[in-house]
Amino acid sequence: MSSALDNRKTGTTTAGAGRSRGALASLLRLRELPVLIALALLVLITYLNNPLFLSPQGVKDLLLNATIIMILAAGQTLLIITRNIDLSVGSMLGLVAFGTGSLFAAMPDLPIIAVLAIGMAFGALLGTFNGLLVTVAKVPALVITLGTLYVFRGLNNAWAGGKQYFAGDRPDAFGALSVDTVLGFPIITLLAIAVVIAVAVYMSGTRPGRDLYAIGSDPEAAKVFGIKVSKRVFLAFLANGALAGLAGVLYASRFNSVGATTGAGMELDVVAAAVVGGVAIFGGSGSVAGAALGALLLTTITSSLTALRVDKFWQQAIVGILILVAIIIDRVASLRTAKKLRISEARNV
Amino acid sequence: MQQISNVEPAESGKKQEQAVLSLTHAAKTFGPVVALADGTVEIRPGEIHALVGENGAGKSTLVKILAGLHNPDSGDFRLSGEPVHFRNVAESKAAGISVIYQEPTLFPDLTVAENIFIGRQPKGRSGLISRAQMRRQASELFQRLGVPIDPSRVAEGLSIADQQIIEIAKAISMEAKVLVMDEPTAALSGVEVDRLFAVARALRDKGTGILFISHRFDEVFDLCDRITVMRDGRYIATHRTADVTVERIVREMVGRDIGTLFPKTEAEIGKTVLNVDGISSAGVFRDISFEVRAGEIVALAGLVGAGRTEVARAVFGIDSYDSGHITVEGKPLKPRDPQAAIAAGLGFVPEDRRKQGLVMNLSVARNVTLTLRNKFVTAGLINGAKERRAAQEWSRRLQVKAGSQEHAVSTLSGGNQQKVVLAKWLATDPRLLIIDEPTRGIDVGTKSEVHRLISDLAGRGIAILMISSELPEVLGMADRVLVMREGRITAHLSRAEANPESVMHAATSSTGVTE
Repeated sequence: MSSALDNRKTGTTTAGAGRSRGALASLLRLRELPVLIALALLVLITYLNNPLFLSPQGVKDLLLNATIIMILAAGQTLLIITRNIDLSVGSMLGLVAFGTGSLFAAMPDLPIIAVLAIGMAFGALLGTFNGLLVTVAKVPALVITLGTLYVFRGLNNAWAGGKQYFAGDRPDAFGALSVDTVLGFPIITLLAIAVVIAVAVYMSGTRPGRDLYAIGSDPEAAKVFGIKVSKRVFLAFLANGALAGLAGVLYASRFNSVGATTGAGMELDVVAAAVVGGVAIFGGSGSVAGAALGALLLTTITSSLTALRVDKFWQQAIVGILILVAIIIDRVASLRTAKKLRISEARNV
Repeated sequence: MQQISNVEPAESGKKQEQAVLSLTHAAKTFGPVVALADGTVEIRPGEIHALVGENGAGKSTLVKILAGLHNPDSGDFRLSGEPVHFRNVAESKAAGISVIYQEPTLFPDLTVAENIFIGRQPKGRSGLISRAQMRRQASELFQRLGVPIDPSRVAEGLSIADQQIIEIAKAISMEAKVLVMDEPTAALSGVEVDRLFAVARALRDKGTGILFISHRFDEVFDLCDRITVMRDGRYIATHRTADVTVERIVREMVGRDIGTLFPKTEAEIGKTVLNVDGISSAGVFRDISFEVRAGEIVALAGLVGAGRTEVARAVFGIDSYDSGHITVEGKPLKPRDPQAAIAAGLGFVPEDRRKQGLVMNLSVARNVTLTLRNKFVTAGLINGAKERRAAQEWSRRLQVKAGSQEHAVSTLSGGNQQKVVLAKWLATDPRLLIIDEPTRGIDVGTKSEVHRLISDLAGRGIAILMISSELPEVLGMADRVLVMREGRITAHLSRAEANPESVMHAATSSTGVTE
């Protein structure tokens, strides 16, 4: 058994050396780091060219623009981590936003907290529909939610017709949510940050949250391990619906008008934010914080390109390039880690 | 049970040591296929118990029953004397049975520590998962096992040996009473095997009951306290390792009536069709040389994983090889080009008919003519009438029992599907047919028909290279037997030399070549 003893010895030395480098190494391994660096560079460059970019109003605008997408990206992360996806979020947001407008038109005195609760419940109902179709009918989420994207949008069209609700139709206090600030942060942004923190804690600190990662990492193995795959995925769809509902209510507070086309096409921005933020599209790895940073980065790019007076046409192309770069960086990084892991192992044996 | 008392009169008399796990007369059938007729095994705390048997003896079915993957149709299953009925894997795990497969499945994106504790992560005071505590507990486990694995690294990229160690660590953390290891050493190097055995012995000394499944007798005799032999889905005997010899175990594993089962019609052996000269493929097989002559049936015997199929795939040009030469009727065969192999007169009937040999949704006729569509082309289109005539001709000759030529192949029985695959290749008029596991999954009645057919083909002067894990088939059919073990040919046996003992010995014993 001398070989076993030798192994033990080399084991302790490598482990010891690893620990001293551990903190820095794990910081560098963070998938969120490239996004953070890109964001910092972007803000810096824009600020040097146009100092107004970081004025209190400028910062507030940046945060407000990111708020809605951040909430949606948090919900989407729950699903993408499990190797699912929800393409119907834009349509869900539209339905809830228009519903919020209708609600205030019918009952102007309803407390804001009740509206938030109703909106989230409405979203959760729509999410339940998605979740049931995916987990019971066992059809890939991509197909199901592509279908409900059109179904929900169709409902919205039928309901709204040509009707729109404007900011003036809603109580002032409701609109103030997106105007008033606490410590420089708009209230709805604080709400979004609270959502991101709550989802992050759930995903990293609870057993059901960790199950989501296991499911996305290897769905078959998850079943063999006795993880309740269907239940977890269903609840993730439900939660994502509730968050889309919240985003829908806040959308009605933030923007001037809500109607039949509210939120159309938003699903792509949301998925893009998650992917750019380091959430692996095939599940198993990534974080809500990363997705939220991705949302902030994407909306900030649009603002800074405008501030830098770059042609609108280029803005979309640049967002696209960013997505590709994020995916390539991720791929290269994971290939490099895999190679490194193999080498370190070869030494051990 | 008589055998047990014969072998161990003292033990059964005392009966002081209660078995931690006992499975008695367990049976499991899948439709008409009997996977396990009498699964019986008894594991005591603090012993390493070997389970041996040929491929198809029912070992994996037995393991799956222990693991909770299969529900036995009948039989008695007890843990520490209490009857148990597992409905799923989770229940088996909770009851204290941990199974480690040849290639464990871990979650590649999660850390090693989390893979050990998934679903049972330790919580801190806040009620949230405490990563520090999880890491510490994992480190302690690895320290006990004496292996240096970093609990914080992700599982992706770990060697199979390390993955098995992680599964063992998990089993320890769950305080498993029984650890089942299903051919754990098949993919390990020598050092890794030593490490695994050290861990297994340490666990045994702490009172864990271990069931160890292996084809390598040197390991079985080195490691295990008792040996249970299975054959044809049945329990044969249990012996104390100290009281038994390798020869006796081999006899019990293969001991059955053979010789008359598959009468091979005598064929005139002609000139060499296939000559394989020293082909090697790194990590897969090494220095393989043999020839097959017209009218001759050459069997490639050996255990699953010995590299037989890989050699066949290389010969047929599906996979590449690093060095060596292959000639067909004296002419060199282009490597890595199945089209060239077909043109040279080779045919390949793969092991997995459903995946590789047949297009299940196409009709019988289409499948038969798949390999020679070009012959029926008129002005760029396939001539349906010609195609049907050819298909009918071959189905008639091979006696394929299909309702109609137009029925989908998936509606046929396994034996008839195999005939369709054979017809498909025979229609190309081959010089040499490679047949991988010709009767796998085929019921006993049709088996002999397939054998007669293969024998017929040899009689017509076709050279046959047959891969088979079934000893009776090998011994009954083959003119010559090549035995492979761990990527090498360890024996060339003539029909006269080939018997169960000589084949099994060459297939399992490490006295030949080793790494």
